[in-house]
Amino acid sequence: MRWLWIDCIIEHEPNQRLVSIKNVSLAEDYLHDYVVNGKPIMPFSLMIEGMAQTAGILVGSIGRFKEKVILAKIAKASLDVDVTAGDTLRYDASIDRLDEAGASTTGSIDRRVAGGDAWERIGKIELLFSHIDNNLAGVEFPEHNFVFSDNFKMILETAGLANLMETEIGETTCHD
Amino acid sequence: MSRDDIFKKIQEVLDDALGVDEDEVTPEAILTADLGAESIDFLDIVFRLEKTFDFKISQGELFPENLTENEEWVTDNKLTDAGLDMLKERMTHVDFDAFAGGERDITTIGDLITVNSLVNFVELKLAG
Repeated sequence: MRWLWIDCIIEHEPNQRLVSIKNVSLAEDYLHDYVVNGKPIMPFSLMIEGMAQTAGILVGSIGRFKEKVILAKIAKASLDVDVTAGDTLRYDASIDRLDEAGASTTGSIDRRVAGGDAWERIGKIELLFSHIDNNLAGVEFPEHNFVFSDNFKMILETAGLANLMETEIGETTCHD
Repeated sequence: MSRDDIFKKIQEVLDDALGVDEDEVTPEAILTADLGAESIDFLDIVFRLEKTFDFKISQGELFPENLTENEEWVTDNKLTDAGLDMLKERMTHVDFDAFAGGERDITTIGDLITVNSLVNFVELKLAG
């Protein structure tokens, strides 16, 4: 199973900011399990995961994906409205703090409803990531980077950012 | 900045990082036992202190870390004299006296990190 909760990266400011989009579709099974008053609702937890993947790629890209970046804490999360099929979500993540032990990020969720043009701000999420090879407890992990797997490579390649895995940084080719 | 001002800002930091009420954040409160802080919360607190007070905190500067990696510092889960000397020199914001005269159980060393020790730390950092 591919546990991807973003569809495409649409903006990237190296070492500072990454923006992705997620199209919410009735073809996704989970929507049929969260129906409120006849309306399928995307669980907020999955939006937090989408933001974690967006912000996690940003944090990982700073170290050229050599660090194992793990979501360690959801510092704050708020959502103002329900999200349903046909909506498009935009996760906009920025680095707040970064050091050898980990990183904190701030992010906003914007929504564009089906058929609309305008984006509205509907949520905010602050996350904390740990560079687990430098974790406080001194626990050792496998050398292989099991965090940034082929799934993430595909996301980067789709956005024209595969060279983030190397040494040079390119511009995103994916557009909303 | 006065010690009282530092304390009030630290109350806000711990409110945000740990979700505790400000009235729970007394000077004597232990971050782990009284305020429920877990290991990752310490990284969160470090980041928030850096942002609030506009200084940089090195890894291991505020909280004891990776002590068990060095046998000279910890033997049989007890802090050695060498480990104690190292911590006293590196962490002047923490009062080690009671710990030094007790069992020196390394698993309880987190109990030394109180709100007061955070205030001490910030006061020392701001004084340069």
